[in-house]
Amino acid sequence: MIKSACDEDCRATVRLKIPDASDVAALTNPCKLCAPLGACVAFKGVEGCIPLIHGSQGCATYIRRYLISHFREPVDIASSCFVESATVFGGANLFNTGLDNLISQYRPKMVGICTNCLSETIGEDLRRMLQDYRIEHKKEVLPALVAASTPSYTGTHADGFHIAVRSMLAELSLPGLEKVKGRVNLLPGFVSPGDLDHLKEVITAFGLDPMVLPDYSETLDGGFQEEYSKLPEGGTPVERIKRAPEAEATIQFGRALAREEGERLGGGVWLERSCGVNCYRLGMPIGLRESDEFFHTLSMLSGKPVPARYKSERSRLLDSYVDGHKYLFGKRAVVYGDEDMVIGLASFLAEIGVNPVLCASGGISTHFADSVHAVTRNLGNTFDEPVTAINDVDFDRIFARAEKLKPDLIIGSSKGYKLARDLDIPLIRCGFPIHDRIGAQRILHLGYRGTTALFDIITNALMQVKQDRSPLGYKYI
Amino acid sequence: MSNKEKLPETTAMLADILKSYPPKVARKRSKSMVVNDPETIPEIQANVRTIPGIITQRGCCYAGCKGVVLGPTRDIVNITHGPIGCGFYSWLTRRNQTRPDADGENYMPYCFSTDMQDDNIVFGGEKKLKLAIQEAYDLFHPKAIAVFSTCPVGLIGDDVHAAAKEMKEKFGDCNVFAFSCEGYKGVSQSAGHHIANNQIFKHVIGRNSKKVKGKFKINMLGEYNIGGDAFELERILEKCGITLVSTFSGNSTITKFEQAHMADLNTVMCHRSINYVADMLEKKYGIPWIKVNFIGAEASAKSLRKIAQYFDDEELKNKVEEVIAEEMAEVTAVAAAVKPRTEGKLAMMFVGGSRAHHYQELFSEIGMKTIAAGYEFAHRDDYEGRRVIPNIQVDADSRNIEELHIEADAKEYLARKTPEELAKLEKEGFTFHDYEGMMAEMAKGTLVIDDISHHEMEKLIEAYKPAVFCAGIKEKYCVQKMGVPLKQLHSYDYSGPYAGFQGAINFYKEIDRMAGSKVWSLIRPPWQNSPELFAEMADA
Ligand code: SF4
Ligand code: SF4
Repeated sequence: MIKSACDEDCRATVRLKIPDASDVAALTNPCKLCAPLGACVAFKGVEGCIPLIHGSQGCATYIRRYLISHFREPVDIASSCFVESATVFGGANLFNTGLDNLISQYRPKMVGICTNCLSETIGEDLRRMLQDYRIEHKKEVLPALVAASTPSYTGTHADGFHIAVRSMLAELSLPGLEKVKGRVNLLPGFVSPGDLDHLKEVITAFGLDPMVLPDYSETLDGGFQEEYSKLPEGGTPVERIKRAPEAEATIQFGRALAREEGERLGGGVWLERSCGVNCYRLGMPIGLRESDEFFHTLSMLSGKPVPARYKSERSRLLDSYVDGHKYLFGKRAVVYGDEDMVIGLASFLAEIGVNPVLCASGGISTHFADSVHAVTRNLGNTFDEPVTAINDVDFDRIFARAEKLKPDLIIGSSKGYKLARDLDIPLIRCGFPIHDRIGAQRILHLGYRGTTALFDIITNALMQVKQDRSPLGYKYI
Repeated sequence: MSNKEKLPETTAMLADILKSYPPKVARKRSKSMVVNDPETIPEIQANVRTIPGIITQRGCCYAGCKGVVLGPTRDIVNITHGPIGCGFYSWLTRRNQTRPDADGENYMPYCFSTDMQDDNIVFGGEKKLKLAIQEAYDLFHPKAIAVFSTCPVGLIGDDVHAAAKEMKEKFGDCNVFAFSCEGYKGVSQSAGHHIANNQIFKHVIGRNSKKVKGKFKINMLGEYNIGGDAFELERILEKCGITLVSTFSGNSTITKFEQAHMADLNTVMCHRSINYVADMLEKKYGIPWIKVNFIGAEASAKSLRKIAQYFDDEELKNKVEEVIAEEMAEVTAVAAAVKPRTEGKLAMMFVGGSRAHHYQELFSEIGMKTIAAGYEFAHRDDYEGRRVIPNIQVDADSRNIEELHIEADAKEYLARKTPEELAKLEKEGFTFHDYEGMMAEMAKGTLVIDDISHHEMEKLIEAYKPAVFCAGIKEKYCVQKMGVPLKQLHSYDYSGPYAGFQGAINFYKEIDRMAGSKVWSLIRPPWQNSPELFAEMADA
């Protein structure tokens, strides 16, 4: 059964016979990673923060390996190095030693702690362990210590990411702060360092003062420095996170995030409920309409018009839509990856006349399909072929459908390479992980500027196909 | 950087590194860091627990079992029993290559996982596992299915072996077996190698006694076909007329594993990961083993000669000499071209359980010196040589790993050499089970450090500024930010092969490129050389 629930009038919903993950026991070629990975990425966006995974060391090593090959940056993640005896007696001692050593070696400003499946299974209580640790070290000045519970058997890397963001807000926010004019919080989700840079620039251009959580624009895309420092520069200062309730509003990207109380509730909604900070829940600003919403929100919050620079970026984007139209219209794409990114891409593709015939994710949000349909409808245009949105699926199922669909292009992580090769169509690399191209950290997808860049890449890829496959060998197209 | 400059003295260097640790950590780490003396090899502490909170490059038992030993076999469907991450992370990340036969059977591009969910953790995952095995069977009808346990599985008590047995009996034509390789076992991936070796020995080797054609039949143990190494070795052996019965496990198939006992000699490349199988094959089937090294052209030649000497056949000996001469012509030419640029430069390598030793050969062939080296997951014998095995203390972490009790097989045991032949070989100076370890071949005064930490690595690089640092992707970008190129010896930086003769040529060229890269000379912008201007600009 396909998990995507959709209202009756939505002609886009199709039910295929291919089994989905909910029907089968094994996942073949998963389209998701595990929760602590997402949590570690989020922790890396805090100034002077080092992540610690409480559990067996293999996960930390594997996760580092994956993050490093994507970002091509050092990524230090510590582990409390569970050994067999810890599975019987608990890992409190290892946890304390780990924390001691980490603090003395790195002198971090924060340690972001998350669990792995092992420590979760034996029921380790991180909060209590932290309490004990604080009591034992009450004479010392400790770094901020934040714990997030991230068992991978209840969620994916995207969930781990959001859990960590919410945990940071919940554990660090100070009570009773007055609002400060011009302050906004931005919770962007798992986007690229290049995107983060751009978002900060945009918000600041409106005269607003953003607290971006997380902000790994520098920590995961650092320059060459003559002096190597153990903890990279950059990241959101802990002090700023503490003052998140001072903001006049929070902007939270992600349509797949939960709207009701529960595990996947975004940090923005938490802040709204607990500290009375208005939360604007937007989609990832990919494409014109989602970017418009973002800019419009900023304009409202700042009481200022959209700066000229971005108005012209918008009009250039529109202009390129017009220019590229003939190469794109009627093309069909398969898109996969993190739910929020897929929703954003689907919205963008629908705008440029490319039908995202299959939108897929390994995530398990209940809002995925609705959101895909919401952003791909209401354009006045109707594709004569339905948009299928499925989540909780693996690549095997995605590929099986994709092969039948015979799309013109694929958009997603490096893991789609085999499909692209088999179908002999271009793979536009977006999302995580990208380990077979350089520059994943710089890919800009967001805002008018990011969309323009993405638009060029997609259009050029299709133009190249046309050129390469033409018996005439177009020199001028 | 040339070593004409005054380099810090190694003993002082160690003291300096230890100074920055809390006393307890310093005490523990000091035993794992020694100044080498090949004459009187000092004792080094290895294969001990990693200290929590010290960032280690080590992986887990599961990684050693599934990722390293079983990963390169193409026709076994590998199912990871656990939550999703472990399976995802070990999906094709080791870059072992394979060349499928005409039947096209190759499951290496796949990652199968039971993707355990909450209710499996609470109520057990055996049922789901059996369903997954059934699905894999229905989908592919493979010859074999292997199941790998991850951390939570051991804890919730799923009996993976019973499940495997049940399914194997049910299918009748598919060998199903499981590995209790939960990540928390042992202290590194090394535990996983041992567990993998045991199960392969129990469930696979010896199941197929069909005669293998060929006069000189060998197995290659501990060769994982990273970057196509095995292909190069297959080429060389074939050229010499030596039959490769099976490789554990580069470019391998389950059928070849099953026939491994039909070989007459086991050659061991990576001693750490597979010496257990070599020992067991000798006890049960009478196949002796020798240590070989095909990393480095000279080392390759030496290894070939040793194999020929074992078979004691004039024709083979001549053929081997002929092949060596032919191959070495190109090797020597490239080495000579590269050497003027690499001679005297320093290298460091901290990797694996054998590579940090083997690759020193390649560097020395182009005149580079290894000033410091160490393994990530090796044991004392890999450093100090097999003679220390009786003295190695087995600690609690390793004690739980099963030691199989092996006896000679009533039907299949066959002594490969007569006592006279053995005596002759011995007289010629031929030795079996002869791993002398890394330290015997490293110069006096060089540094040997086990399971090096980030901090130690930084200190060493700062002090010696080597021309090339060899490790893995986890260290790569951090070392390069220190201005030193890093050569990945796990994945070969997506190139290779580096084994054998053609491999040596590839490696020389690659190191030449790295050590000669111009990018490091661009670090300083012009304004850094005119501080007055810089200050003015800052004031403005
Ligand atoms: S045990 Fe859990 S946390 Fe660790 S790698 Fe596996 S899925 Fe990820
Ligand atoms: S959970 Fe265990 S088996 Fe899986 S990666 Fe982590 S340490 Fe290894």
